[in-house]
Order: sequence, then C-alpha cells, then structure tokens
Amino acid sequence: MKEAPGTRDYDWWLLAILAAICALGVVEIYSATHASNLAGMHVKQIKWLLFGFAVMFILSRVDYHLILDQALILYVVCLGQDFQVSELAKLIIIIVLARFFAEVRSDELDLRDVLKAGMLVGVPLALILKQPDLGTALVLVPMLVVGAFLAGLKWQHAGIFTLAGILLVGSVFYPPVSKHILKPYQRERITSFLHPEDDAKGSGYQLLQSKIAVGSGGFWGKGFGNGSQNQLGYIPVRYSDFIMSAWAEEQGFKGVLLALGLYMALLLRLVQNAQRAKDRAGMFLVMGVAAALGFHVLVNVAMVIGAMPVTGIPLPLMSYGGSATLFVFMAIGLVMNVRLRRFVN
Amino acid sequence: MSYWFRNDNRLPQTRLAVVSYIIVGMIGLLLLGFWKLQVIDSDKYLQMAEQNRVRSIPIIAPRGRMLDRDGRVLVDNRPSFSVLLLRDDPKLVEQYLPAISEGLGISQDDLHDQLQNTRNLPKFQPIVIKPEASSADLDFIESHRSDIPVLEMLSISRRRYMPNGFLAHATGYVGEASEQQIEASNGKLRPGDVVGKNGLERQYNDILMGADGMRRVIVNSVGKEVDHLSQQDPIPGKQVTLTIDLDLQQVAEQSLGARPGAVVALDPRSGEVLAMVSRPTPDPNDFAVRISKDEWKQLNEDPLHPLLNRAIQAQLAPGSVFKIVTATAMLEDHNPPESFTTYCPGYGTFYGRQFKCWVYFSKKGATSHGVMNLHEAILHSCDVFFYSAGMRLGIDRLSFYGDKLGIGHKTGIDLPSEEAGLMPSEQWVERVFHRKWYAGETISVSTGQGAVTTTPLQLARLIGGIASGGVFKQPHLMKDAQNVGDERVAISESTVEKVTDAMYGVVNESGGTGTQLKLAGVELSGKSGTAQVIGYNTRNRLGKQKKFEDNAWFVGYAPKRNPEIVVAVLVQESGQHGGEAAGPVARDIVKAYYDKKNRKTLGTVTASEHSTTPSSGAAVVAPVVAIKPQGVPATQTHTADAEPDPQ
Repeated sequence: MKEAPGTRDYDWWLLAILAAICALGVVEIYSATHASNLAGMHVKQIKWLLFGFAVMFILSRVDYHLILDQALILYVVCLGQDFQVSELAKLIIIIVLARFFAEVRSDELDLRDVLKAGMLVGVPLALILKQPDLGTALVLVPMLVVGAFLAGLKWQHAGIFTLAGILLVGSVFYPPVSKHILKPYQRERITSFLHPEDDAKGSGYQLLQSKIAVGSGGFWGKGFGNGSQNQLGYIPVRYSDFIMSAWAEEQGFKGVLLALGLYMALLLRLVQNAQRAKDRAGMFLVMGVAAALGFHVLVNVAMVIGAMPVTGIPLPLMSYGGSATLFVFMAIGLVMNVRLRRFVN
Repeated sequence: MSYWFRNDNRLPQTRLAVVSYIIVGMIGLLLLGFWKLQVIDSDKYLQMAEQNRVRSIPIIAPRGRMLDRDGRVLVDNRPSFSVLLLRDDPKLVEQYLPAISEGLGISQDDLHDQLQNTRNLPKFQPIVIKPEASSADLDFIESHRSDIPVLEMLSISRRRYMPNGFLAHATGYVGEASEQQIEASNGKLRPGDVVGKNGLERQYNDILMGADGMRRVIVNSVGKEVDHLSQQDPIPGKQVTLTIDLDLQQVAEQSLGARPGAVVALDPRSGEVLAMVSRPTPDPNDFAVRISKDEWKQLNEDPLHPLLNRAIQAQLAPGSVFKIVTATAMLEDHNPPESFTTYCPGYGTFYGRQFKCWVYFSKKGATSHGVMNLHEAILHSCDVFFYSAGMRLGIDRLSFYGDKLGIGHKTGIDLPSEEAGLMPSEQWVERVFHRKWYAGETISVSTGQGAVTTTPLQLARLIGGIASGGVFKQPHLMKDAQNVGDERVAISESTVEKVTDAMYGVVNESGGTGTQLKLAGVELSGKSGTAQVIGYNTRNRLGKQKKFEDNAWFVGYAPKRNPEIVVAVLVQESGQHGGEAAGPVARDIVKAYYDKKNRKTLGTVTASEHSTTPSSGAAVVAPVVAIKPQGVPATQTHTADAEPDPQ
C-alpha cells in the first residue's frame, strides 16, 4: 500500500459546502444569543468547528481499511462503554455496518444477512433506547436501512420490513401500545405533537412557537437580529435544536432555500463520493455517513416546521454543540478518507 | 491487510442513484413545508408572532371627583394596588393556585370562578384576582417573584368616599361592571372595568368615568417588558359639582344619628338637593374594592335594608303631613267651605265605624280637641276634622289633588331607582284588587293613612311646592343641571296663604304640634306626621312592640312663603310623634342653613369652607355612630334596586 495522497485529492467542494453551512450556523447562533446572557456562544462554536476540522483531517489520514479492521473491537468497546458518548456510538455503528455489508459477497442480500445486520444494530439500539436517548437510537435505523438497501436488499424483503416499520411507528402513536414501549415524557411528546393546542407550554408549545417563527418570517425574512420570536426567546433552544427556526424567521424562505440547498448539495456530494469509492467497504462507509446526516437534517427540519415531534436531534453543523459538531467532522473525516484512497491500487 | 475487501469494487450504482433521488425528494418536501408556512400562511403566523410580542396594558383613567356646591371634595380617588394573575399558561396557573390561595387569602373556589368568568378573554391579558392588596399581599408577591411567576401588581386609583356612610346613598358606589352591563355597553366596557353601580356614581357614570388609556409594550417569552411601542393617554373622568351643601349634610347626618330613617333638604326655588341622608347605610368604601358574596348576601338580607335609599325609595304612609293635601283640596274645592268646623271628642264615627283621633291616646292633657276650624285642625293635627273634610271631598277629589301634587309620581330626581309612592283611587283598587272602593278607606286616606304612600323626597317637594305658590321644581343633585323640570300647579293665592299660615302656626302658635321647634329670627314652618304602621286596634291587641311603633315625619321649611329651604325628615319606628322625633332634625338643618347664610352675608366665611383639598372635606365630617339597631324590620314597601353584583 502506498503512502496516503496529498491535499490535492481532498474534496474541496465538500469542504466548501461544509464551511458555508458552518458559517450560516455561526451567524445564526450569534444573532440568537448576542443580546442575551448567552452572548459569546458563537465564539465557542467556532472553536469547536476548528477543533472538529483538525479531527477530520487526522481521521482522513488513517486508511479506512485499518479502521474497518478494528470494527469488532470498536463494537465491543461501544457496547462496553454503555453508550455514554452516543455520538461516538453512531460513528462506530457506521463502521461496523460498513464492515458487515462489505463482507456480504453476493449482489443480493438474503434474509439471514438482513437479520444478522438487524441484530447488529438492534442490540445497541435497544441499549441506547434504555438510556433513554431516542434521538441517537433513531439515527441507527436509517444507517441500517440505507446499508441494507445498497447491499442488495430484495424488494419483497423491503416490502415486509416497510410494513413492519409502519406497524412499529403506528404503535408508537397508538397509546395502548405505546405506553408499554415509551417513557412517559416520550409519550407526552407524541401526544403534544398530535395535539399541540392541549399542551401550552410543553413540547406542543415549542412546536407552535417554532412554526410561528418560521411562518412569520415570510419569504424575505425579518432580517438579521430582527426576529421577534428569536430575539425575545419564544423559540425554544433557538441556538441549538431549533436554530433552523431562528434562521427561517430572520432570513425567510430565501434563507431556507439557501440552507436546505446547501444540505442537499452536501448529501448529494456524499453520494457522489460513494459512487466513486474504490471498493464496497468505502461506499458503505460514505453512505452510512450520508444516511446519518440525511436523517439528522430530515428529522430536525421536519420538527422545526411542526411536521414531526420533538426528538432532540440537532441540525448538523448549524446547531450549537460540541459533541454533535465533532461527530459530523469525524464522519466527514471518514468520507475524506475514502475519497483520498479512491485511486490507490 | 484483511481479506474481506479484496477485489470488491462492484458498486450498486443504480441503487446509489435511487438514494440521490430520495435526497432530492426529501429536501423538496421540506421546502414545500416551508413554502406552506412562510408564503401561504405567513400572514396568520405574523399575526400570532405579534400577539406574542405585543402586550396591551391598560392605563386606568381616574374617575371624576364629586364636589359639594362650594367646591369641597365629597368623593375622590386614592392610589391602591391590585394583584394580577398572568394566565398565559393555564397549567402553570393551576399549579400555583393553592399557593396563591393561601398567600393572598382567596379561596380556591373564588379563584376558579374568576378564571371561569374570564375564560373568553385573550390568554395574554392578565386578570385582577385581588383588587385591594394589603401590604402583606404586596410582600407576598415580592418575596415569591421567582417561585410564583404568575402574579403581578398593578397600581390603580380607587374611589374614596367619606367615612361612615356619609352621603353614601346619594353618591352610590362603584364596582366591577357586571356581565349585563358589559353586554349593554357595546364594547365600551371590559370585564374588570369599574363603573357606577348605584346613586350618582351610576347616574352620571358616563361623565365620571373617562376613558382608559393603553400602553403597548414588547414582552419577551417570560413576560418581561423589554420595549415600549406606543402610549395612548387615559382621558380622566370629569369632575361633577353637586348641589349638596357639605355643612348642611353634616348637620343632617348627625341630627338623624343612628335612627333608621331619611332626611332630604331641598331648595324649592331651584329644586337643588342640599342634603340627603338615609339610615342605616353601608360604607361605600367597602364596595369601592370588591365585595364578597357573603357580605353582599348579608347586606341584601339585612332586615333593616341598608342598601335602600329611604329618601327616595321608602314608600310609607305620610300620616298627618298628608292633611296639607286634604286641606288644599278642601280650600280649592270649597267643599266643605272654609268656615267648616267640627267637634272632636277624640273620635268620630263614619260609615258605621269609629275612627279615633290621635288625641284620644294622648298621655297628658285632654283626650279631645273640641271644636276645630281648618287652621286649628292643622295646628293640632286633628284627625276628626280631616276625616270629616275627607268624607265630604270623597276619594275622587282627594286623589285628584294628591296626584296633582305629585303623590304616585316620581319626582324625576337624578338618581336611579326612585320610587313613586301611591295615591289610591277608585280606579286603582279596581285595577289592582278588582273590587269597589270602600267609603271607609277615604277616611283613612284623608289623614295620610291607608293605602297612600309617599317618599320623603316627594313630601319635601310637595310642601315646598305649595309654599312656593304651586311652583314645583324638579329635585336634582347635579349643580349645573340642564332642563330642570318646572311644574306649575294652579293653586289659588288664598289657599296658599291659609295653608302656609297654618303651617307657620304649627311651629309658632301655641297649641301647634311643633312649637318646641321654634327658631328665633327664622320663619320656620312645617307639618308633623305620625304614621301608624298598624291600626290602633290591632296594636292594642298585639301589645307594644318596637316594630309596630309609629313612623315620625316632619316636613319643615322657611321662610313661611316662597321658602329657601324645605326639609323632609322621616324617623322610622321611633314611637314618638312627628314633631318630637323628626321635627328637631328639620329644625337643626334649617337653623344651620340660616346660620351659614348669616355668616356669609356678614362676610365671615372661614377659609376652610372654600378649600377643595380632599383632606379638609373629609376632616370636617364627624364620625356618625355605628348604625345597627337590632331586629327592626323596615317598611313593607322597600325596593332595594341596587345592582345585585356580588363578586
């Protein structure tokens, strides 16, 4: 194996898109917090971003095959440390799944493999749910789904699993069943999502305030630092989970177009990197990252517009938060890693 | 390197392409969601954001003061704190209710009622849960600012009336607008607004009330005011100058004292009410805040009916004061002729029934009047004379004159809920009782007994009007009242002359029923009345009981012709004759009137009498003793028409 390639081979487009998203995040964190007792938060976020960038760079230099070799150990470590660092758990499951699917030699995934993969994800998922950390647990599902799909899941299996998934989601929303599987506060979130008006100051209130913020922004937005919902604190955690709400209020639909455009570009760029990966292992790694990030964006933004209940999943790179930011950069580090080695051998 | 990735470069390009489409589709769906919120429904959410952000805080307009005729303050305002409950979050409110209930001493049921009553108001609008916060309440709110975040204080001005119910029935009181009032106001009133509930406060509410201002402020998510948008200043209510003379009012209050009854002093030349007292009386300062259900119930069920303004609402038999009506009728109709005399042996028999004269029960002196002419009959208030005169006149003529002189008609005073009294007639018994008039009833009516009832105000107007030669000015309390009614009743000069001579004699000639009231230098005239609550025979049968004691009347005026002041006094269930129980009150007031008039003409009016500071007004009021005689039922004809509005 040759030495790792030079900087020329980094995905500069991907980095540019990342930088742009981070910039939007920093700008909105500043706007949301500068006039409050949280002032200065944007500086902390910048520090995390710089640190994350460094971690990404380091991670990209270690051949991903070496990392995949350690999948089993990582998996055991992951189960052993009891998921205190849930962000790390996501990363490890991406690696473990990539290793697993890469080992399936056929173009089609037979039922045994699907069930094995399910077990692989199911055990940590159950443990994380017990934490309880619904957000992190949910992120594991799209990783499995996208991985299985790309590994050649049969359509009839897909149909069966979709049906099972629908039943599961349905049961979550069906109180007689959900009371056995969800924590009280989780059920409350579900009910307040379904009936926001019944829950004036709980999560129903949060969703309503978020919708008011988004809606009142209109097409052109109220302008930087001018969103009343944002500045007066009506948006819950406006600098973190609901930062898209603050952004949408102040920048309007045009700003949303820019932000979601960037996320789409990011995700499509990830898929492109997967398409150009040297081997299936690299592709699965990249697509695992894409699945995780895509799910984050979908669930967070849908929550902001009131189309999903509050789950506590942050918006990658825009929401304030050290570990979440670090996770994204480490995940992108894996993607860079794959890209840097596409011409090797 | 591991074996597992070798020669493994077959990538599922088709499925990867499918994933990209899914990504594009997902972003597209999210954008559609934003489009719906930000473009299609934007206006709705913009409005909701404004509702969040902008809070309207009312600035209460101070109510206009009431001044007496010399500009002295009778009713004004004082600063006070109200406790507000922020109801933005019903859950939070519910959670803190027990603590609030305990801390402020309001029952939880009461709080629930208030929340229920205001459920239709916007949630961001706080409600007043305790209008008159004590300093302990303020301390409670201040010290629990962080752990009970739903309480707030509001500084407002509150009504201050004179203490001990001074002038209380005339001024009335204020209270929170009732639901009916709010509905009737066409959106002018909102729940919690303070409006006049009774008396002048209600009569002149529109003048006194003013218009509240509004402050629009920006509040953050925890309700803290962060910026100020605009302010609409309140328009203070207008000041009202009354015809009441504080000095005379004070004398009237003190002279009547704690006895149940009423006093009205009028200037018959203008109809101006100089003093008005009704006993017993509640303290309207208690209503100025908010009255509890229990207190209200107690006031309404009190057998003494403290809410009744007896000066305009007590409809009682006028007793012998009515003899002036009978005398006027007799002189005007010349039937019986002026020279008519009767012999009074202490009783008379009419239509086969014996009617006693009051003198029959006299404890000292003679038990008969002997021969009486009209003048003497008025002086001695001889019943037998007027029985005879009434019998000759008949009920038609009596009721004609009674009606012309205002009995059975409201005087039109500018107070709500005035009563009309009753002048019985044949038509009346037919209409109400569907029977014929009994001739014996005429005998009772001619001396002011039987079905005839009047209010003190009516009697003051009646006597003042006759003494003024038939000119009846509409009584009123507003100093610069427009369109004061001016009714002229054709009474011949000779009738006026004879009746007023007799009333002068009542006080000033020996044998009159009011000679003890004689005032040096003042032509005090008048007529006493001692109205039975029940008949003599019945009373003898039941034995002496306080509640069956006679009502004492005295209507006094001065001077003898074209009087400047007329005072009607009612002392209920005094057990004394009108001249003894009610007469001195009328005399005191007339005397005070002349004393003041003489001081003024001598130029010795003291500075304090022209002062307009509220303290001086209140300071000159001597406290009237607590007015709560026990177990005496009021008249049968009361109608407490106050707004029943317990909070």
